[in-house]
Amino acid sequence: MLDIRGIVKTFHPGTENEVRALQGVDLRVEDGSFVVVIGTNGSGKSTLQNAVSGSVVVDEGTILLAGRDITRWPEHRRAALIGRVFQNPFSGTAPGMSVGENLALAERRGLRRTLRRNASLRSRDALAERVRCLGMGLQDRLDTEIGSLSGGQRQALTLLMATMRRPELLLLDEHTAALDPRAAEMVIRVTDDLVRGGKLTTLMVTHSMQQAVSLGDRLVMMHRGRVVADISGAEKQRLRPGDLLDRFDAIRRREQIDPSAAEMLRETYI
Amino acid sequence: MSLLTGALTMGCILALMALGVFLTFRIFGFADLATDSVLTLGAATAAVLLTRGVPPVPATLAATGAGMLAGCVTGALHTRLKINNLLSGILVMTGLYSVNLRIMGGSNVPLSQTATMIDMATAVARRLTGVETVRISVWEIPAGDLAVLVGAFLPACLIGLALRAFFRTDFGVALRASGDNAQSALAQGVSAPDMLLISLMLSGGLSALAGALMAQYQGFADVQMGVGTLVLGLASVIIGQALVRTRSLGIAIAGVVMGSVLFRLLVSIALRWGLNPNDLKLITALFVLATLVGPDVAARFGKRSARRA
Repeated sequence: MLDIRGIVKTFHPGTENEVRALQGVDLRVEDGSFVVVIGTNGSGKSTLQNAVSGSVVVDEGTILLAGRDITRWPEHRRAALIGRVFQNPFSGTAPGMSVGENLALAERRGLRRTLRRNASLRSRDALAERVRCLGMGLQDRLDTEIGSLSGGQRQALTLLMATMRRPELLLLDEHTAALDPRAAEMVIRVTDDLVRGGKLTTLMVTHSMQQAVSLGDRLVMMHRGRVVADISGAEKQRLRPGDLLDRFDAIRRREQIDPSAAEMLRETYI
Repeated sequence: MSLLTGALTMGCILALMALGVFLTFRIFGFADLATDSVLTLGAATAAVLLTRGVPPVPATLAATGAGMLAGCVTGALHTRLKINNLLSGILVMTGLYSVNLRIMGGSNVPLSQTATMIDMATAVARRLTGVETVRISVWEIPAGDLAVLVGAFLPACLIGLALRAFFRTDFGVALRASGDNAQSALAQGVSAPDMLLISLMLSGGLSALAGALMAQYQGFADVQMGVGTLVLGLASVIIGQALVRTRSLGIAIAGVVMGSVLFRLLVSIALRWGLNPNDLKLITALFVLATLVGPDVAARFGKRSARRA
């Protein structure tokens, strides 16, 4: 279970570039639940993920994962518990190494890496079996360099690498945003298979309204560093992209009113 | 003929250093400028220990250890104190110059009066074969020279094989991934900076080992002997790459050893043909430059002529 308590993050504090990316976020993700996070640009959804993965260190608050306080853990240590897929398809795999070697790397996530011969490099059949479930024919290309694969193939492999050893939490950071529609669809299908098949606890950030309503069992909407909506259960099942747009419009309208109301108050009282 | 065995022996010794450069430059893209001074450090440490009566093997191992320490310093400057990679190398290189002078107590240490690994190899050969010279076709080669050549070839071979095996271990896979894509290594729980530090340490050890053997082979250690080592190592790695043109790491490692030997061979032939030894470093530098930018220039030229056509 992931338990985020009151995390705050401000970038460039005290300067004119100050960005209050997270302003006290509480979020609890139960074991086996698939939470989709959606929000406008600058809403803090990516910072939230980075705070969990450890690439951003929070100013305040605590992050608990599987009963451990990981707030101060360095990024590579958290990786023992967390599987990650990035927005950039080039980020998750080592391009100069083969498909097999990349999987061999992932096989030891969270385990000690010693001078023992890597098990995956020894038994290719087991590796091929793993890759076969992607249904992309990569089992016959274990020796292919990752750099020569397409973005979609790389992203699917990154997903496999992130889940090869069962993670306590799977983080998906807009992992289809940089792909063409067909590749994105394929990666979403693989995501759904892996997450549902393994009942993985998942936190996924997305820009896509369609993905937000069709995937996951819970939807969290963020705006200006805060959670503004948290929808689950039957309501999440009924949700349509149009409903989400309506909610965003409502937030935007409220914001437009706020500055003018403040102005009116200022004129009245000062 | 003794020219040939000499070039081959030197090539094998420098191959150790080239394998170190392979580790840092090929795997991490880190050109460790300290290599020049670290080679000298190895030579100085071994030479001084030998003159103090330390047996050759422990002296050589101690030199290797000193090199690993120096590599650690470069790595720590870069990964812990976030100093730019070239600058961390330059800082260590500059500092080590004084350290080397201090160790040697002067600018050179002669080894003519001391027993070295070279004498050991010669003695072993004499005891095993009982002959003074070996006939290969028309040439008479002193058995001792041949023994030294074999003695220099063995470490290069063994370390090459060890490196190949290392890259197939869990640790080795993580190290390669760190050099290839630090972000993906991080996501798999590997601290890429730590891996770079370990690489620099291993590479420093190999350079110093090469220096220690070189000092024993040529019979002296000199504070200037390391100048141009890194470029030499790069040349070997690049020639090796051109020789084998493969993705297989094991063969690439063999390529580095071959590259180093081939380069030495080319140099000694060029010198034989009357190349001024003073021009050697310039030619080496130009060679590395050409191999680094060559493919790029060729591609650009190809594109331009294609446009014209």
